[in-house]
Amino acid sequence: MSAVTEPIGAQPARLRTPYKRAARRGTLALALLAAILLGAQLLPGDALAIDATARALPPQPDHLMGTDLLGRDIAARTLAALAQSVQIGLLAAGASTGVAVILGLGATFGRLADHAVGVLTELALGLPHFVLLIMIAFAMGGGTTGVIVAVALTHWPRLARVLRHEAQTIAASDYVAISRALGRSRLWVARHHLAPHLVAQIVAGFIVIFPHAILHEAGLSFIGLGIEPHLPSIGVMLSESLREIMAGHWWVAAAPGLGLMLVALAFERFGEALRQVSDPAGHIT
Amino acid sequence: MTAWLARLVAGRLIRLAWLLPLAAVGLFALISLAPIDPVQAYVGGRTSQIGPEQRDAIASAWGLDRPASERFASWLGDLAGGDLGQSITFNAPVLQVIAARLPASMALVGLAFALSFLLGTLLGLVAGATRGRWPDRVIRTLAVVLAASPGFWVAILLVAVFAVTLGWLPACCAAPPGQLASEVTPADRWRHMVLPVATLSVVGIAPLVLHTRQSLIAFLDSPAARHLSAHGATPLRLAFGPGLRHAAGVALTLHLAGAGELFGGSVLAEAVFAWPGLGQATVRAATGADAPLLMGIGLATLLFVFAGNLLADIAARLADPRLRRIA
Amino acid sequence: MTLTITDLAVRFPTGPVLEGISLTLARGELVGLTGTSGAGKSLIAEALVGALPPDAIRSGRIEIAGQPVAARTVALAPQGLDALDPLAPVGRQIKRFARLAGVAADVPAALVGVGLPPDTADLYPHELSGGMARRVLLATALATGADWIVADEPTVGLDPEAAGRVLSLLAGVARAGRGVIVISHDLIGLAKIASRIVILRAGKHIETAPASAFTGAGATLRDGFSRALWTAQLAPEAQC
Repeated sequence: MSAVTEPIGAQPARLRTPYKRAARRGTLALALLAAILLGAQLLPGDALAIDATARALPPQPDHLMGTDLLGRDIAARTLAALAQSVQIGLLAAGASTGVAVILGLGATFGRLADHAVGVLTELALGLPHFVLLIMIAFAMGGGTTGVIVAVALTHWPRLARVLRHEAQTIAASDYVAISRALGRSRLWVARHHLAPHLVAQIVAGFIVIFPHAILHEAGLSFIGLGIEPHLPSIGVMLSESLREIMAGHWWVAAAPGLGLMLVALAFERFGEALRQVSDPAGHIT
Repeated sequence: MTAWLARLVAGRLIRLAWLLPLAAVGLFALISLAPIDPVQAYVGGRTSQIGPEQRDAIASAWGLDRPASERFASWLGDLAGGDLGQSITFNAPVLQVIAARLPASMALVGLAFALSFLLGTLLGLVAGATRGRWPDRVIRTLAVVLAASPGFWVAILLVAVFAVTLGWLPACCAAPPGQLASEVTPADRWRHMVLPVATLSVVGIAPLVLHTRQSLIAFLDSPAARHLSAHGATPLRLAFGPGLRHAAGVALTLHLAGAGELFGGSVLAEAVFAWPGLGQATVRAATGADAPLLMGIGLATLLFVFAGNLLADIAARLADPRLRRIA
Repeated sequence: MTLTITDLAVRFPTGPVLEGISLTLARGELVGLTGTSGAGKSLIAEALVGALPPDAIRSGRIEIAGQPVAARTVALAPQGLDALDPLAPVGRQIKRFARLAGVAADVPAALVGVGLPPDTADLYPHELSGGMARRVLLATALATGADWIVADEPTVGLDPEAAGRVLSLLAGVARAGRGVIVISHDLIGLAKIASRIVILRAGKHIETAPASAFTGAGATLRDGFSRALWTAQLAPEAQC
């Protein structure tokens, strides 16, 4: 928060701040991620078990976030579900980043390719995001694979546009022209001039996609088109909580939603900070 | 004055003319990929009562025994004639299902659109005018937190608080259960809309707030605003006076272009509140292997997004006359 | 009534920008202010209307009839044409300035007053020529009804004919009883309309000379820099 209150006049601090902010938020987000993955591994074997003697308990020392109608500990289940969501989110965001790289860079191979990618973008943005997600998940027959493919095929347009713009800008720049004139091969230019710039954008793009990926994954699982119901997942937990909520068991919904929100929040803030570092003036939106 | 409008609309209609058939092919291909057997989904638990001959009869009645290209051709032919096929889950023509459920969804989406526009613009203006001070920080924090919150979770929390704990508002449906449509009073209708509309209004508000704030700040930093403040205009006065067109113009453009997302959000909100709209039908079509309905909904939302984008382009040009020249 | 600037200085955390500016201006008088680019001329205008950048530190006195100048007593027609709101028609913009000053707005009269047809009110800034936009900027300052007007580089970017019209318009404003300061690097133009001209060099007040000193080789100018500035401007004219 200190970044916000810093006086505007201090030049050196202003130059440094975006990097420091990105580093701070990145540390926080990655620490949260590590804690979730590690915590889920360390859960005792019976933590997710059904316990008929501990049904529908409100939060208390033994069950920090309460239990559900089957007597399962909400806190432990949330942790396991978050680990599941985060892993699927990482896979899906990674796949979407891959699609963005292929299409974004592919668009620079001549006018025809550029037009083709343009048409694909129009199509991908032609339906509401979540409706397209449902269509693709449906086409894949639902399930975890369906979620990953659906997220991969819907979250690429923005990053693809950034990469296309970046690649074209660099390709048109003076130092690339000089390198070519000095007899460097296309591959050399790509490796030494293009790659370093693009890697930063790709990493930032991946981090920006990730929170959307886990939120949409939860949405799909919530309506029954996502992660299989027998696996712990935030969407399924919240879907099950719908029934219990009416009985006043608010805690059944509290922890899973809060956990998901915190992960999404941490990475959204991290991604925003990275985006400011890689594109301070906001030229590419 | 209207020359730019005619040119804009014509241009977009030409784009729609190639986008729509392309999207139709894409949707059909996508949905044909689905490994779900619609006959099995339709038969469901009654497997024991329905023999293989009956299954074949159903399949041939739906045209499932013909190759995909032939099915697509006949589907496209029907589509040109205004026939979107038969919905399996609702056992009615797709067009009829959509027409019956669209008004309920439009009521939600329309109200939420207006409400979130007012709220988002207002919060964005206040944040921009008080940049760096506490109102700005509170509003920005709120926007960022909302952006990271799953919409359906917000809906569940609203139900837990306002329907279950406080008992002020109904938790489900568009009307009290068991009542005939003719018996429902307008007051009841409104009461049932409060929570779904509140959910939808709040979840998509973050980009609106942040963009309004950003464009107001851009205006406040501009020479034009400095000229005004040199003669006594305060930031708040600038925000709600000359800055309004700068910030709200951008906000309206963005909001219209994002209207489709509001519909996407209503899919989840309708699932939580059992709202009898198109969003709920989308979920039932997707989980019930109802390919014709899903196709119909896909095309309908495509038109919805298209209309939102067109209106956004018009709004941008109404707000900023400089854009009218280039179009 | 006289407006007096005594020993005005403006400094930033990075160092001083303006030093030792002194100037008196009576109502009905037009004083010119000139100097090389980057001499801090625009800062004087901003100090007069009380709109200096937030990190600027001001010292010295600006008084009217012996009293510290109150906010909104001086109106400014700024240098940049981008000081007009791109999203508002001209008429509405003139009204805004009248309303800020709490006076009644007569848009047609304000436009006619700066030599523009009244139907200019419906035009947006991007539909104006440079000369028209300069006049509208001046009209926004005049619409405040302020007795003291500062025009910052009102002729930049105009062809000589349009520049001449704007300058004579400013002379007319002074004749009508207001005190006018015109900031410009166009010494020749200033000499035609101003009674006195203040010369700045790198933010320092070098001399205040009567307009009549700017003739021939400027022999009556006390400072060598002033003479150089004057003769440098004459040179391109001599070539024409």
